[in-house]
Amino acid sequence: MVRVEVKLKKGHFDPEGDVTARSLKDLGFPVNNVRVSKVYTVDVSVGDEKEAMSLAREMCRKLLANPTKDDFIIEVLTGEGGAD
Amino acid sequence: MDLERAKACIARVGGTNCDLELKVALEDLGLRTEILHMKEIVKKGLAEYQLLVFPGGFSYGDYVRAGAIWGKEVHSKIKSELQTFIEENKLVLGICNGFQVMIEAGILPDGEIAEVPKAALANNASSKYECRWVYVRVERGGTPFTEGLTNGEILRIPVGHGEGRFLPESEEVLRELIKDGCVLFRYALPSGDAADGEYPYNPNGSVYDIAGICNKRGNIMGMMPHPERAFFGWQLPEGSDSLYGDGKKIFQGIIKYLEDY
Repeated sequence: MVRVEVKLKKGHFDPEGDVTARSLKDLGFPVNNVRVSKVYTVDVSVGDEKEAMSLAREMCRKLLANPTKDDFIIEVLTGEGGAD
Repeated sequence: MDLERAKACIARVGGTNCDLELKVALEDLGLRTEILHMKEIVKKGLAEYQLLVFPGGFSYGDYVRAGAIWGKEVHSKIKSELQTFIEENKLVLGICNGFQVMIEAGILPDGEIAEVPKAALANNASSKYECRWVYVRVERGGTPFTEGLTNGEILRIPVGHGEGRFLPESEEVLRELIKDGCVLFRYALPSGDAADGEYPYNPNGSVYDIAGICNKRGNIMGMMPHPERAFFGWQLPEGSDSLYGDGKKIFQGIIKYLEDY
């Protein structure tokens, strides 16, 4: 199992985050800033962690992230709910 | 070629819209037009068509990113077919979500169907879905899509999108686009000057007020505004005595190109 988080690059305008921050502030939370990201949990058939990492990177390159505006973080999940 | 022999294909998947408006507009100008689902395009190919249109809408629910799933489907299912189509100097047009699809498929800005996109159509700077009439300035007339239009001419066409902020991968990509005359349309003030980022004239915060671009050869064009929603006079918000709106001018360019093809 691989966890891929795709988020807007630093400095890129995040309107959804800004609107969320404003709403949280209206509700009385001491919020300074919100950045929104998207998480994909991918069940993938692979031999080992290295291969999982490499495949996830390819997935980001080919579909999950647009390099003009997105950064991504990949985490290979092991143990319960993850790869054995 | 004889226009009677020419044919347009409007591609469709779940979530596309304005495909019918496009068909009505093109047929009004005498071009036979078929709306084909991607599955039919995969089976049938594109050989019998001279114009391919990716229409607006919310293809595949805008999942992952607007236009991303359909853009990648273009890669996995019709890449070589589309490459041939483009090399034969046939026309490819993307409107709104169709433009997003073409960016995600890497068809624009280069026309090469690149694996990794060199630009993005990001969330509008206003944080809103922008549904409004805008002034669009023609930056370069005389291309297949701007045949009969003159530089500096102003068109009134509506936009309707949440992700239309054109962002090039780098300053260099933007410089190339400008240098090569690939910026066809920019958002403008009513005076005709470029909007220079001023909201709501530039409705989404697009870099360099970019509303539409083409490849170097000019046979592939993507634009966020919807010319098919400004084709007939009765579609204009204030009503009009004239039979047609400004959107027609873009389709007339296409027709002229196909007649000369």
